[in-house]
Amino acid sequence: MIQVIDLHKSFNGQKVLDGANLTIPTGRITVVIGKSGVGKSVLLKHIIGLVKPDRGQILVDGVDIATLRGRSLRDFKKHFAVLFQGGALFDSLNVFENIAFPLREKTSLPEAEIAQRVRLRLEQMHLTSEVETKFPDELSGGMKKRVALARAMIQEPEIILFDEPVTGLDPPMSNTVFHLIRQTHQDSGYTALVVAHDIPEVFTIADQVAMLHRGRIIAQGTPAEIQNHSDPMVQSFIKGEVDFLEG
Amino acid sequence: MVSLIRKLGHRALNLVQESGSMTLFLLEGLALAFLPPFRPRRILQEIQLIGVKSTLIILLTAAFTGMVLALQGYYTLKKYGSEGALGSAVALSLIREMGPVLTGIMVSARAGSAVTAEIGIMRITEQLDALDTMAVNPMQYVVMPKLIAGLIAVPLLTAIFDVTGILGGYLVGVMLLGVSSGSYFAGMVQSVVPLDINGGIVKSLVFGLTIILVACYKGYYTEHGAEGVSQATNQTVVLSAVLVLAWDYVLTSFFM
Ligand SMILES: Nc1ncnc2c1ncn2[C@@H]1O[C@H](COP(=O)(O)OP(=O)(O)OP(=O)(O)O)[C@@H](O)[C@H]1O
Ligand SMILES: [Mg+2]
Repeated sequence: MIQVIDLHKSFNGQKVLDGANLTIPTGRITVVIGKSGVGKSVLLKHIIGLVKPDRGQILVDGVDIATLRGRSLRDFKKHFAVLFQGGALFDSLNVFENIAFPLREKTSLPEAEIAQRVRLRLEQMHLTSEVETKFPDELSGGMKKRVALARAMIQEPEIILFDEPVTGLDPPMSNTVFHLIRQTHQDSGYTALVVAHDIPEVFTIADQVAMLHRGRIIAQGTPAEIQNHSDPMVQSFIKGEVDFLEG
Repeated sequence: MVSLIRKLGHRALNLVQESGSMTLFLLEGLALAFLPPFRPRRILQEIQLIGVKSTLIILLTAAFTGMVLALQGYYTLKKYGSEGALGSAVALSLIREMGPVLTGIMVSARAGSAVTAEIGIMRITEQLDALDTMAVNPMQYVVMPKLIAGLIAVPLLTAIFDVTGILGGYLVGVMLLGVSSGSYFAGMVQSVVPLDINGGIVKSLVFGLTIILVACYKGYYTEHGAEGVSQATNQTVVLSAVLVLAWDYVLTSFFM
């Protein structure tokens, strides 16, 4: 279980998180929604320790991650995989090497096994084998996203953080990705945090939905509960009403 | 007036702070070379990027530097009737000063800026963060191999510079201006002592480390998107050139 407790974060005096509380249950898919710029990515980066809180704590299975150092910090990170919003593919490595990278670094699998797993993940993402030898700057936006997804999922970790897994993909492809997340989740039961705006599609994969607004989680519950939530802010966001932007 | 003093004080404090954190950055980067996992291939790749790719520009700069040294030296020495000393004049200027300094400046322009841009882009596109989440230390994976490569490549490039410069001087002095080939080399052998060569090597080691340190540091702490990368790249070239010249003075005063 991951607990975000009273998280505060400002950048250059600008408050981004202002007492956010969120519990991410083990083995479930938790979806975080909220308008652009509200701090969803910042929240996600706190959970893996890339951003340090001004105040508040992140507990992973009861351990405050701020107390981890050296060896235990590295071991902690091995339980995670992260899909960054921009993909964060390594420019100097080709597609194959990018996807193989976490396996080469985190495991001692033989190369043949790694190659087989990489090909499997490429196939899952409907990427042909010609793509393998291309470099990230030779790929389209959607292809980059899929390679990054393959790189995150190949690690088969206990926890995956997805920052906008389908943004920039066409509708059939985003359905494929949602389906894949759901399916691999059923197979291996990882804990997932998914940041996404794709309503209502994202509700189909969510066990739990949380909405971030003005630095706090203002609503948390099952997709059905969120859809029938009494908070007008939540309602106008999921209905895509324009006046939400002023709110 | 008060605000001017405050500004100056602020700048001075910044300078002290930055050199402090750069030193820590250097120590961390070098210490990581002795901790597993070892990645000799990464170091070779960086030598290729920093060293091999700078070779052509070093050859060109060195040839012209040697040629102009011979030309200038010839007319000066001729006044005193000692054209025979041309070889040693060219060799000494190259080995002690021109070789290390010009190599340093050319490497900072060619490779230093590229290193900053590369690491800066990795920073703003979250590639460094991605490494971190894969339990790979970005300092160890990205920065350390570059520092080591700088330490290896820059002295080698300096040696190439010196030799090429001496040959350039030969071309002008001996083949064009008619100094005898024997005296060109004999003077050199006589007047260049081990201290000169050691001094040149120490300089090139210090310059290599300084340039790549500045380049890595500026890239690693890039902020504010693409604009930030171009700023950092600029700062790298200016700062490393200034530092090379400043170090050169300090080291020369040691070896004299
Ligand atoms: N490293 C940083 N330095 C300064 N400000 C930052 C930094 N990271 C994020 N911010 C600011 O924090 C706010 C939240 O950013 P964040 O990327 O978390 O938004 P988001 O909810 O993920 O938006 P989107 O849906 O568009 O991705 C933004 O105003 C952003 O400018
Ligand atoms: Mg975001």
